[in-house]
Amino acid sequence: MLEYKRDGWKAAICLAPSLLLMCIFTFWPIINSFIMAFLNNYYFALNRSDIYNSLMDVDKSFAYFMGGRFTGIGIQNFITLFRDKDFLIALKNTAFIVFVSVPVTVIIALLIAVALNSIKGLRGFFQTVFFLPYVTNTIALGLVFNSLFHVDYGLINKLFNMVGTSWINSGATWGRAMFVLFLYSVWDGLAFKIIVFLSGLQNIDKQYYQAAQIDATPRWRVFTRITVPLLSPMILYITITSFMGAFKVYSSVIGIFGTGRYGPVGNYKLLITIVGYVYDQFDVSGMPFGVGSAGSMVLFGIILLITLIQMQASKRWVHY
Amino acid sequence: MERALYLDPNELRRFKIKTGIARFFTYAFIILMAAFIVVPFLWMIFSSLKTTNEIISREVTFFPRKFEWANYSKLFTGIKAIDQYGNEYEAFKPMPFHWMFFNTIVVGFFTTIGTVVTTILAAFAFSRLNFKGRELIFTIMLATMMIPGEVFVITNYMTLSRYTGWIKSANHLENYAALIFPFITSVFYTFFLRQTFKQIPNELYLAAKVDGTSDFKYLVKVMIPLSQATITTIIILSMIGTWNAYIWPSFVTNSIYTNHLLVSNGLMVGLRGASETTGPNSILNLQLAASTMVTVPLLIIFFSFKKYILRGVSRSGIKG
Repeated sequence: MLEYKRDGWKAAICLAPSLLLMCIFTFWPIINSFIMAFLNNYYFALNRSDIYNSLMDVDKSFAYFMGGRFTGIGIQNFITLFRDKDFLIALKNTAFIVFVSVPVTVIIALLIAVALNSIKGLRGFFQTVFFLPYVTNTIALGLVFNSLFHVDYGLINKLFNMVGTSWINSGATWGRAMFVLFLYSVWDGLAFKIIVFLSGLQNIDKQYYQAAQIDATPRWRVFTRITVPLLSPMILYITITSFMGAFKVYSSVIGIFGTGRYGPVGNYKLLITIVGYVYDQFDVSGMPFGVGSAGSMVLFGIILLITLIQMQASKRWVHY
Repeated sequence: MERALYLDPNELRRFKIKTGIARFFTYAFIILMAAFIVVPFLWMIFSSLKTTNEIISREVTFFPRKFEWANYSKLFTGIKAIDQYGNEYEAFKPMPFHWMFFNTIVVGFFTTIGTVVTTILAAFAFSRLNFKGRELIFTIMLATMMIPGEVFVITNYMTLSRYTGWIKSANHLENYAALIFPFITSVFYTFFLRQTFKQIPNELYLAAKVDGTSDFKYLVKVMIPLSQATITTIIILSMIGTWNAYIWPSFVTNSIYTNHLLVSNGLMVGLRGASETTGPNSILNLQLAASTMVTVPLLIIFFSFKKYILRGVSRSGIKG
């Protein structure tokens, strides 16, 4: 490496816009959320906290932070969080999406990619079809899935002669509503995974397959012994990113049920997710951001833990 | 030919049948999954052209019997209905699509310009300049990609409402500012560009140095033209990102001002509770017409820039 003059000041100029924006909109939020999670009864009322305080007759022992007031420092937010039934429902729903729909999507995507890779005719056409959902608008397609499963006018109910069976309308059970959300997540998630798997498959050396052919290896064995091990880095990458994405599931639920709703009429919290719970804290009057921040810290902790576990587990079976 | 000599003709026939069956099942699987992907799109487009009578009829129709193009003009004009007391009310409020498209394009344009400028400068610093702490700063930036988005949303909402008057502002430009500023840099695009910049041979840089070219001129005259494909990908993905943005806009835009809405929010606000309306008042066809209006531009972009979009995918996703 040729040694040239250090470019400290040039780098400072080049990085300044990016770093400045990140300090305000990325680094500060991380610190702030962490602090807020540990402030008891933190109320941030849009520069009106003084009026709010006099109205609410709060304890005199408060202090200010970011224009909001709090009564003390502790883990009260986390206690509130885990005592809230809605949060526990949110944990359950998010866990279902993460641990059921992600593995199913990954397996289906892998099968589609392998199938696509093995055919010759119409391959380009099918590839385009499978890539289609990649750029779609979550809200728009949520409405479409809503209409597909509409209680009276939906395609599914008309087709299978089950008009009156409520999937996402009032009276829907958790299982049925979750099934629609599950289908939508699979539909929405396939494209990205297929694209990544296909590009991975195209990089596998053809010689492995030729060797297997000479030995007359059965297809499923070729799949489990050659394709899957050689694709394992891609599979790991996809599972980690999909898990992270699935923990943040929110827009698709909103898309299916409508603004501020996580379930059918009469049971708005049926499919609430962790992110939905956190955002809901905005709408509560007085805005207890502390509980919301505690919720997002819990989410961050879970994501970090799962990712670390995956990284550890991957050491056993990922072939680089 | 040589090989055929050693093969038992019976075995050869069995082998042919076997591969034939395998191919049949492969195609059957692909076609089935392709149908799963395509049906929601077709249902959306076809149902958006059905009359309300056809929507609410018990018969199963997929393809519209009569093309009701008026559905699309009703999106702009709204529907008036008369309730049981003889009073006129708005069964469907007109949706400000012209504003939704215009706002999204304006916000997308400025977000994209800002993102491209800041990420090019940062990627240049990380790939070409030599300064202390380069790897450390880069690692810290990458690490923030793991943190769930709602951590940022809560604090950014607080920061903007405390120090600016942009949140839910009645002023059009202030609303734009709130939508644009937090998003004019991106860690992922910086990373993506840095990888591209690193592939440009160092010899070019050294040759330019010998000729006395300044770093800035080298960036503009050599690196940017050589990375055109990557920059195009970033521009397209960033525009699509704004088109699909829902969460942040839903917090900072006041939906009372319908001319401030972006597409996803407009869709949500306009169709709130739509699926619960039944009988002749059902607006399922309008709901799907609105979804089509939002989806079709995306599909056009997808087909025109497929190559560029897929380039970005193999690195990471835009959804999340």
